[in-house]
Amino acid sequence: MSRKLRLGLYALLCVLCVPFVFPTWWMVTSSVKPISDIFAFPPALVPSRFDFSTYGRVFELQPFGQQYLNSLYIAAVVTAGTMAVAAMAGYAFARIRFPGQNVLFLVVLVGLLIPSEVTIVPLFQMFHTAGLTDTHWPLILVPILGAPSVLATFIMRQFFITLPGELEEAARVDGLGRFGTFFRVALPLSRSALGAVAIFTFLHSWNLYLEPIVFLSTPSKFTLPQALTQFVDAYGSPLWNVQLSAATMTALPILVVFVLAQRQFIEGLAHTGLKG
Amino acid sequence: MAATDLLDRVAVRAATRARPFWTIPRRDALVGYLLISPQLVGSALFVLLPLGLVVYYSLQEWNVLASTFEYVGGANYAKLLADPNMGQVLTGTALFSVGLVVLNLTLALSLAILLNQRLAGTTFFRTLFFSPVLVSLVAWTIVWQFLLQQDGGVNGLLGVVGVEGPNWLRGETTALLSVIVVQVVKNVGLNMVLFLAALQGVPRQLYEAAQLDGAGAWTRFARITVPQISPTILLTSIITVVGSLQVFAQIAVLTQGGPGMSTTVLVYYLYQQAFQFRHLGYGAALSVLLFLIVAALTLLQWRLRRKWVFHES
Repeated sequence: MSRKLRLGLYALLCVLCVPFVFPTWWMVTSSVKPISDIFAFPPALVPSRFDFSTYGRVFELQPFGQQYLNSLYIAAVVTAGTMAVAAMAGYAFARIRFPGQNVLFLVVLVGLLIPSEVTIVPLFQMFHTAGLTDTHWPLILVPILGAPSVLATFIMRQFFITLPGELEEAARVDGLGRFGTFFRVALPLSRSALGAVAIFTFLHSWNLYLEPIVFLSTPSKFTLPQALTQFVDAYGSPLWNVQLSAATMTALPILVVFVLAQRQFIEGLAHTGLKG
Repeated sequence: MAATDLLDRVAVRAATRARPFWTIPRRDALVGYLLISPQLVGSALFVLLPLGLVVYYSLQEWNVLASTFEYVGGANYAKLLADPNMGQVLTGTALFSVGLVVLNLTLALSLAILLNQRLAGTTFFRTLFFSPVLVSLVAWTIVWQFLLQQDGGVNGLLGVVGVEGPNWLRGETTALLSVIVVQVVKNVGLNMVLFLAALQGVPRQLYEAAQLDGAGAWTRFARITVPQISPTILLTSIITVVGSLQVFAQIAVLTQGGPGMSTTVLVYYLYQQAFQFRHLGYGAALSVLLFLIVAALTLLQWRLRRKWVFHES
């Protein structure tokens, strides 16, 4: 590759990067800018001085700590639950023969075809009848057991299919039963697929927006995406500086953790069922 | 008493040993059913039951005063056909989906090809392009809402090169365009990574052989790359088409369906009707419509795979 072409490619990559990187950079830096800087035109790339006062206001205007905790514990429970449900079902569908297997797999796969928006009206009615609206139950139960976990099950099944059969035979010769083979042999080998499922599921739960605004009505029960849109003045206009501080607190920790773990994520994603 | 009991037990054990009921296949089947049971019960309760109920509710309408459903027959579907907003909602949804899918897939493939060059630092750029996938959706949207204002960052950048930008979220065309771009930049990294993995799986010898035969860059792309990665193109296009019909939070935050009804896509209209105006029955009828559209599109793409997917794994 010629030197000129190489420089051209780098320039192209740098220009293309702008819309991907600038919003995040701007969100983080603006959250510590004095308000006059936020509205500076053209926009300031670095704060003229640091001002952390809006971070305090985030917690004064809403029970933001509680809302943070809500999002965190719901995402954690949903992730753990989905990993368990998907690993079990994925293993059974991939490696065990039982009557009705294919039909049952198709029945489960229906969930892949149905966007959760299609079933939001009946789900609302069901949880309303059960007296569980304005609780976190719909946000926990539906993702773990319903349509969102089907993709996870599918990924796990595609992974377990690729496991060599000799491993299981060896386990059986060594006296392990089915459960033993699953827990001691198959599950430890599926770490990369499980990692991809975990990250997917966590992000999905963390980003959930339609379901919380349909099911929850008490501010102390809100999750973060819903809370972020509530930082408005009496006329409904956004309180930009407060909103940006809250947005930074919502996005930055997850971004940092996942960028550090991205090798696991991207490779897991590319090497499991999602690869064509 | 005790003696006969013992005898019975011995007899039973002998019989079982002769023909054990719990053979290995039977034990396997039991374990299989146990392992899939949470997913199966969950699917029945939270997928199949609501799917049946959504059809049932579409034949009813919610009575706000009595807080009950009342049977109305096909009235909701008649309303759907006569709804003066429906034309605009469906056009908006189609424009939005087509724009999003085309932009997303071309950009994803272009970025993947760029990053597949033998160039130092591609991992770093891959991380940058991928990073919006990891930023919380609503946080991302709020930032863009600010940047897209009349005197926001986007117009600030355009001003540097001497272009005076419009008030993006206030014009009908620019609002639709803005929502598409915000969504594509947020999610294109996912498809990019899938394409990159597929590109890296194309055997190098194919390119070398083609080059010896005098095939140019475009011929190599059209005749080798595209057929080789066609399973991934199919997969990403199914995911992206269905995903484009589910975009809700971005619209709720950026435009609330406006200006006018220019960004009111089907999902947003469904939400408004069912949960803002409390027309739960009409919302259910709109859900059925959404389901039919998604099912038809998925089926269509699946059918087309025989035509343009080169090989199937």
